[in-house]
Amino acid sequence: MKDRKPVVPGWFTTDGEFRLLGTKCTACGTVFFPRQETFCRNPACAGGDFAEVRLSARGTVWSYTNAGYRPPAPYVSDPDAEWEPFTIVAVRLAEEGMIVLGQAEPGVTVDDLTVGAEMEVVPGVLYETDEQVFTTWRFKPTGAAA
Amino acid sequence: MNDVVVLGAGMHPWGKWGRGFVEYGVKAARDALADAGLDWRDIQFLAGADTIRNGYPGFVAGATFAQALGWTGARVSSSYAACASGSQALANARAHILAGLADVALVVGADAAPKGFFAPVGGDRPDDPDWVRFHVLGATNPTYFGLYARRRIDLYGATVEDFARVKVKNARNGLHNPNARYRKAFTVEQVAASPVVADPLRLMDICATSDGAAAIVLCSAEFAARHTTRPVRVAAVSTVTPTFPSATVELPDIATDSSVAVAPPDLSFRASLAHAAYEEAGIGPEDLSLAEVYDLSTALESDWIEDLAICGRGEAEKLLRDGATEITGRIPVNASGGLASFGEAVPAQAIAQVCELAWQLRGQAGARQVPDAKVGITANQGLFGHGSSVIVTR
Repeated sequence: MKDRKPVVPGWFTTDGEFRLLGTKCTACGTVFFPRQETFCRNPACAGGDFAEVRLSARGTVWSYTNAGYRPPAPYVSDPDAEWEPFTIVAVRLAEEGMIVLGQAEPGVTVDDLTVGAEMEVVPGVLYETDEQVFTTWRFKPTGAAA
Repeated sequence: MNDVVVLGAGMHPWGKWGRGFVEYGVKAARDALADAGLDWRDIQFLAGADTIRNGYPGFVAGATFAQALGWTGARVSSSYAACASGSQALANARAHILAGLADVALVVGADAAPKGFFAPVGGDRPDDPDWVRFHVLGATNPTYFGLYARRRIDLYGATVEDFARVKVKNARNGLHNPNARYRKAFTVEQVAASPVVADPLRLMDICATSDGAAAIVLCSAEFAARHTTRPVRVAAVSTVTPTFPSATVELPDIATDSSVAVAPPDLSFRASLAHAAYEEAGIGPEDLSLAEVYDLSTALESDWIEDLAICGRGEAEKLLRDGATEITGRIPVNASGGLASFGEAVPAQAIAQVCELAWQLRGQAGARQVPDAKVGITANQGLFGHGSSVIVTR
């Protein structure tokens, strides 16, 4: 069995309930994703201490699109395989008041989405090498009405 | 009086010429100098707009152009701000003139762009948001344009035909521009028949990458009084950053700022660029004769029209359908043909927008002339919180 490795370490949980991981400034409470660990980017805050936080499991669609053409490196894809467009979703996490981009689960197309629809974050695989499986996050419609 | 004067404007035609950016820049610079009636040796300050894809020389564009034109001992600067590099160079030249450090300056931007999607420089760099969005998401620049476009459809009822109409309009304007790369008319049907790049946007909704160059000779009002009787003035150069927390998806980030601790500002980043320009010039959108905006995608032109407060949110398509943004309309947008006709030559484009305004305000725009143009605005946005808006008046 291949070793499983997050595409970027520390951005999501790797066991238990799947969640994106961010950091929270202990001084002003601003949440950051990708994680911010050395200085707070709130101009009114001089904070420099951060706690890891699990981001909301759900959010709503801010917008969506797809990749009709193969993206250039450093995106990893098999240049010999026929190009299969994937869907990209921008999801607004209500609790954090931030929008996070992610690929949709395979099989979810732009026709399945609409602004305002509810989504949940789920684990996924971005690509594999001979030795390793690189894991990532995906967004999946919950089926809740927009 | 915070005005400086555009004394000369010049370009190298956009296209895929297969030569180096320095050659393009020198041509544009010499044209701008000739237009100003000046010799290169008259120039006291040269502001170069940097390109990042040509290695070492591109990072130091100011001196590279100065060397090519011939070392004269002029003062020099180089600016990198992605698509706003040209206007940051312009801002630099303007500040030198307003501070009394120079009477006359040359601003140059030029590029030789690669084919296809822009991509980050090599290496394994998870700390670089530009690398992250490609590696982790496969999110190209058109991904972001697609997100903005889809929101226009779902929120405001825009259609893909509306987007295609922007291409049709800008291509028709570009027919009359000798510096444009594409001088060919298109139909809505042709745009609709091109392949999807980033839903709902098609190949012909998205601007190409191009070679090209643009240059401006800028001077003080006193210097201008000795060289021209019909000055066009730079009334504002806005190069503001976003305000925290930035709540709109922006290139190249994969997440926005959180608004849990601080409420988002009233103005989005794009709107704040224009707002700062209006404040500085002391005018409003009702004073505009024309606008040159960054139509990286057709749908993005509509976003900019609203960000410039030319109409309310969600109303840009109505303007377009009514013909208000045509050269003969109430507020012509991208009379030059825009990026739809030029393509992107990153460090040159913000300068090229100002060249177009200068020619329009002097009444030298030929068959694409906006009747009695008096006030023009530019707007553009680049990566990493860069953007600019310039107002030119006569």
